[in-house]
Amino acid sequence: MTNDKISRRDFFIRCTKAGLSTAAAAVLAGILYESDPAKISPQSSNIVEAMNFSVLPVAGKAISIVTGSNRQSTVTKAVELLGGMQRFIKPGDNVLLKPNVGFSLPPRVCATSHPELIEQITKLCYQAGAKKVYITDNPINDPKSCFELTQIASAAKKCGAEIILPRQDHFKQVTLKGAELIKNWPILYEPLKNVNKVIGIAGVKDHRRSIASMLMKNWYGLLGGNRSIFHQDIDKIIVELAMLIKPTLVILDATQVMVSNGPTGGSESDLKQTDTMIASCDQVAADSFGATLLGLKSNDLPYLVKAEKLGLGTTDYQSLKPLRAEVKA
Amino acid sequence: MKITTARRISQVFFFALFIWLCAVTTVGEKFWQLRGWPVNFFLNLDPLNVIATILSTHKLYAPLLWSLITIILTILFGRFFCGLVCPFGALHQLVSHLAHGKNNSGLIALHKYSKAQSIKYYILFVILIMAVLGRYSSLQSGLLDPIPLFTRTINLLILPIIGDSAKILTSGRFYQISLLTLSVFLIFVLLNFYKPRFFCIFICPLGALFGIINRFSILRINRNLSTCTDCKLCNSHCQGSCEPAETLKLSECVLCFNCLDDCKFDAIDYNTADSQTSQVAPDLSRRGILAAAFTGLLALPAFRLSGISTRDNNLVRPPGAIPEKEFIKRCLKCGQCMKLCPTNVIQPAGLESGLENLWTPVMNNRVGTSGCQLDCVACGYICPTSAIKPLTLAEKLGKGDFSGNGPVKIGTAYVDRSKCLTWAFGTPCLVCQENCPVSPKAIFAKPALVLAKQDSQPQIDTELLQPYVDAKLCIGCGICQHECPVGSKGAIIVTPDGQSRENRLYL
Repeated sequence: MTNDKISRRDFFIRCTKAGLSTAAAAVLAGILYESDPAKISPQSSNIVEAMNFSVLPVAGKAISIVTGSNRQSTVTKAVELLGGMQRFIKPGDNVLLKPNVGFSLPPRVCATSHPELIEQITKLCYQAGAKKVYITDNPINDPKSCFELTQIASAAKKCGAEIILPRQDHFKQVTLKGAELIKNWPILYEPLKNVNKVIGIAGVKDHRRSIASMLMKNWYGLLGGNRSIFHQDIDKIIVELAMLIKPTLVILDATQVMVSNGPTGGSESDLKQTDTMIASCDQVAADSFGATLLGLKSNDLPYLVKAEKLGLGTTDYQSLKPLRAEVKA
Repeated sequence: MKITTARRISQVFFFALFIWLCAVTTVGEKFWQLRGWPVNFFLNLDPLNVIATILSTHKLYAPLLWSLITIILTILFGRFFCGLVCPFGALHQLVSHLAHGKNNSGLIALHKYSKAQSIKYYILFVILIMAVLGRYSSLQSGLLDPIPLFTRTINLLILPIIGDSAKILTSGRFYQISLLTLSVFLIFVLLNFYKPRFFCIFICPLGALFGIINRFSILRINRNLSTCTDCKLCNSHCQGSCEPAETLKLSECVLCFNCLDDCKFDAIDYNTADSQTSQVAPDLSRRGILAAAFTGLLALPAFRLSGISTRDNNLVRPPGAIPEKEFIKRCLKCGQCMKLCPTNVIQPAGLESGLENLWTPVMNNRVGTSGCQLDCVACGYICPTSAIKPLTLAEKLGKGDFSGNGPVKIGTAYVDRSKCLTWAFGTPCLVCQENCPVSPKAIFAKPALVLAKQDSQPQIDTELLQPYVDAKLCIGCGICQHECPVGSKGAIIVTPDGQSRENRLYL
């Protein structure tokens, strides 16, 4: 037998291997073949309805307004008037606080929620038996710097709350049922998933685009992605955020309100001392009252009017018969 | 313990220390954050930094005095830094070992001395000539000096990759021109397959500097001719390719001590004996030095030509950066400011601004978490040569003692009306105005003037507010540009116009 010829046996082996490889390639192609061409725009995914964290309403205990300059005592009183924290937080609850931590500015300029207020609310939650209190926000400035410079990080450490710095994998693409703007949009979802109570905390600030930034505007901090595009229709996005999330309780801190250069401020001269703390189950009502502190009526704020029309709350806060008190410092 | 084991322990220690110090270069108070860690330790030990900055600026920076220790130890003991300390050298040695093995029969040939090893001296001369040219001078040692090179590679490439994969960071760190950073690093690492410690032997300007100053060293590697059997085994793992078996080239010896370990007859020693078998000076020719000098003279304008406009300042530098002409004489291109910056806005400049500016810090507001934060002065405190001056908060914000100076201005923002949503499409937006952090705001809004229909009188649309920049108030922090919803560079763009560091009329 010459070297340039293979044996019959080798020839068959080679044919078998070739045949099997060919067949495998064909089978694989058949399995992977996609007969439907890919869609250019993806279908809406993760359609969600409102995330409801609210508790049962109690007649006559929907909103309280407490005057005084000490945030810790006014917030304690304001919550007490609504029935105390135990009305909202049951033992074993996991609570998420959503303050405004938007800017890496010190607390004295009041562009962000005050650390003492956060500390006190956390304490109240723990006193009511909360298992764990979390704090989160997706700030505008660098997240870590924001939590540090606003001193909310150190306040949280003191009172045992855990800060959740937003990470890429905390966001989930969400489509809100009935919404026009929140469509396949990244929402800071992970921190909301593991809690059963949510408390919104915000200040009262001048805001050129939306006129005033208060509790409802504060939920902007749950949006991810290039959320700046929503400023083109800011009233609608604020209302849609209110549709998305129904908080357990909201705290509006109007101890000092930012009357100019909002929402960043940056100087104490942008602030006005109004010594008021509002606790409410109705964020539309709380914001409507907050607007008055800036010299505005609820009709001046289109998002309040829209929210009322959709039944998200009432702009006529007087109809809720606010419980009032004064705390001397 | 074998002396080579001690050398390996030293290399591992300094390599680990180097990586650790890079890793902790991040703002914070935890033990794995900045705190008091001497994060510029290796940069300060590097005598090329100090010599080149003295030549370019005629000044000596106090922290760089640490390099005096390196210089004195080198004069006394030889190139200990290369063999025992240099983390980049340690990496090359490891890769070379992995690439060639320990018992390869070709090792003696592989470690043969080559005349081309003189190239690194010429590279050093080119760098020093560029630094010495008075008011035209430019500090380019950082391009090839292993300590800045390895520092920026770890800072801008390796740690971000590790951090991102391990999700240690809240948001990933991004650095532009990473492909270039990677290419330079990878090429030098892979060249070890061609020749062990290729970078150290042929390229390293720092090694060349040590090769020049170790000529009077007291302790040297010596071969005892009476006990030597001329087996040439000592050449087989020589990391400097200095051929201890022939005429040992002292300037090339990196003190790896492999020859001591390889010699079976104790003929090699590290001692004060008379070095009759050594060549002390590097192989340099007068022609070569002249060629290097001319290359240096030509290289500088050539570096500059490609980025000529940058001499007129088109780069937006971090706050506290000194005037451009001085800046380029000081910046080591080490990337420490970029690693430290909490918002990741400080980025390495690419080739678009000329080779001269490659890897120097520039602001890219569209990268990172949020422009330049108002209450942050971190970058100036880490810069090893004060190319970015350490500012106090009062000085940066123009408060207190500095209220007469006004805030430090990085640049000025411009509204690009052809892209701004309010101007181009007539849709309301004002994100830039909202986020302007100065008080009173440098971005203000006015109602739009619109033509209801052709030939009609312009009317004021109070519903549509359009942004304007007050150039006097704008500090160029770039937060507006970061937040602008318009894609690409955004519709509000920070330029270096009006920057404090040039102190001249811009607009």
